[in-house]
Amino acid sequence: MENMLNVYLFGKKYQVPAGLTIMTAMEYAGYELVRGCGCRNGFCGACATIYRIKGQVELHGCLACQTEVEEGMYVATLPFFPLEKRVYDINEIKPDAQIMMQLYPEIYSCIGCNACTKACTQELNVMQYIAYAQRGEFEKCAEESFDCVMCGVCSSRCPAGISHPQVAMLARRLNGKYIAPECGHLNDRVGEINEGIFDEKMAELMAKSVDNIQEIKDMYNNREIEK
Amino acid sequence: MYKIDRLNELAKVVAAKRAENTPLEPRRMTADEKDTLLRSFHPDYKEGEFSILAAGVNKGDKVPTQLAELLQGKSRISAEDVDLSAPDYDTDVLIIGGGGAGASAAIEADEAGVKAMIVTKLRIGDANTMMAEGGIQAADKPNDSPLIHYIDAFGGGHFAAKPELVKKLVTKAPEAIQWLNKLGVEFDKEPDGTMVTTHGGGTSRKRMHAAKDYSGAEIMRTLRDEVINRGIPVIDFTAAVEIILDKNGKAAGAVLMNMETKELLVARAKTVIIATGGAGRLHYQGFPTSNHYGATADGLILGYRVGAKLLYADTLQYHPTGTGYPEQIFGALVTEKVRSLGAKLVNIDGDVFMHPLETRDVTAASIIRECTERGKGIETNLGKAVWLDTPMIELKHGEGTIEKRIPAMLRMFGKYGIDIRKEPILVYPTLHYQNGGLDITDDCATGVENLYAAGEVAGGIHGRNRLMGNSLLDVIVFGRNAGIYAAAKAKETDTPSALTLDHIAKFNKELEESGAASGTPSPMLLPHYARKNK
Repeated sequence: MENMLNVYLFGKKYQVPAGLTIMTAMEYAGYELVRGCGCRNGFCGACATIYRIKGQVELHGCLACQTEVEEGMYVATLPFFPLEKRVYDINEIKPDAQIMMQLYPEIYSCIGCNACTKACTQELNVMQYIAYAQRGEFEKCAEESFDCVMCGVCSSRCPAGISHPQVAMLARRLNGKYIAPECGHLNDRVGEINEGIFDEKMAELMAKSVDNIQEIKDMYNNREIEK
Repeated sequence: MYKIDRLNELAKVVAAKRAENTPLEPRRMTADEKDTLLRSFHPDYKEGEFSILAAGVNKGDKVPTQLAELLQGKSRISAEDVDLSAPDYDTDVLIIGGGGAGASAAIEADEAGVKAMIVTKLRIGDANTMMAEGGIQAADKPNDSPLIHYIDAFGGGHFAAKPELVKKLVTKAPEAIQWLNKLGVEFDKEPDGTMVTTHGGGTSRKRMHAAKDYSGAEIMRTLRDEVINRGIPVIDFTAAVEIILDKNGKAAGAVLMNMETKELLVARAKTVIIATGGAGRLHYQGFPTSNHYGATADGLILGYRVGAKLLYADTLQYHPTGTGYPEQIFGALVTEKVRSLGAKLVNIDGDVFMHPLETRDVTAASIIRECTERGKGIETNLGKAVWLDTPMIELKHGEGTIEKRIPAMLRMFGKYGIDIRKEPILVYPTLHYQNGGLDITDDCATGVENLYAAGEVAGGIHGRNRLMGNSLLDVIVFGRNAGIYAAAKAKETDTPSALTLDHIAKFNKELEESGAASGTPSPMLLPHYARKNK
């Protein structure tokens, strides 16, 4: 007999085999998931979930697809959370502290309770990246928030009503576009392609791909591979 | 630490040979060796796992059995179920699918000044793009060129790709990276802006650009943000269940179904782009998959029913390093970047049995051989697997490399007590990618007028095997391309009139006469994982 655990899905008790994730436990219980299930690999944030172990005080945030069931787990999924995303034109805005003040002024109402960090399903230091955003330190905010899957559990716990993932999203786009160094060799290559310097040789390769496949095979099998 | 003592003991065998194995540069296989290996061990060569189509434009071609069942399945609707004269949505370009290709297409169509609309059966961003870890290829370094990229991609795909599609893929690659960067996508760079690039299996130059091991997530979340900023309508939890044609047989919209209420809706459009992604959730040959929950081949079904042809639908990619243990993440992707950074594949004796960066099909077949014919796999309760010796990475590049370059992998295994900096991990091939798909020309047009396809649902770009980093590239290059061409076509197209769903009855009749009708409702929309017969 498998080792069975008692879990409470939305308060209702089910017995499921140990070793399942919360998501597969729901499916074991008979749920046909439409919401609250996405990549099933911890990247998309669709399966945000909160749980508490019976008899314990602490409330946990997790991704249902990445979390093993435990005895006495009370589970509520959070398939949608109303994050507030402000719209902007990425080409018009500038990477200064003003933009946060303008688009996400509520971040300055943070009371420092750190509930966001405690709830983060990716174990990120959420309050810290909000602090960076407040100070206009977008590079640091981008780095600190990089692994965010935008599940929204942090925001569900925030007394100041901050939509942390959206703040971080803005910081990363500002960093990627304006602050991180420009790539010279990339711009050069785009220029070369647009000038057409590869066109003739490309046409030859394409012709050989149809008429002289053996030559292409030889080129492939004997090509030099960078160490 | 592994929860099973025997695995900890076996991991010690790997550790004992690590110092000797790390600097090894194993020999690469010859073309003949690779051919023989693939024929003997690659799942694409397992005859019994395929069926011959008896109806439709690809009649006589073989496809995986599970796909045949859906292609020859039963439409979820009849023409009488909807009123085509009163569309619920009217748009210029209708984009079916909210992944990387769909979002890129929407942005370009919007940029071109036409009305675009995305419908997706889950949420925008719930897609394989989001899960791509390792990176995106582009030949933008001085020692590289689109010509070299062409040879790598065309050869890696066994010389079967359509040359004009490979050309577009490689020559538009640097521009795609630039476009993403200008949207604010972050890439790993040196302080002077030089891209940090690595090899992928089968590349001859280090041209893999990455954003740690969240490359696809970083791209996808940025594209999603841009779609929302532009105010492009996204109708979520709404699947397309049939393409609508006009009286001349041109695509003119789609019948949609609300995934929760099952309400049917009609979307009329001047052009339609299918960008529905892959098919990993069909679990061909019983393999686990690294794919998204919604990867159920829907676009192939939608296109096929209205007469769009499939190309190379019989070739699938099994990613060599799916997670082999523990069960909670069985089949989940272990990015190829782990091998790009220096981890090697090791058997039960602690021996390196191949070069870690052969193409994916060759590597997968080699792992299967190690676990079957050679009997050198590691047995767990989930089946056989081989070691991927991750601690080699830090032996080679120094402490801290894993946390900096592959944090998602560190986290994924860390949740189950396995520290990939100190312990090797168990891997086995997992169903990863649909190499073939809807046959397109280099403007992303299918054979059905006004119907376009882009991303994993399209075929011909990668031939019979895709290289790492060419899929993220494909969804951006061809997603944008589809948006541009579908928008241009929409501009010269009048609002379609006399919409029809006559193709449903016609296809049903052909199926019935062929005797191949499976009766299975299709498109599948979502896999059936709920336990039955309790």
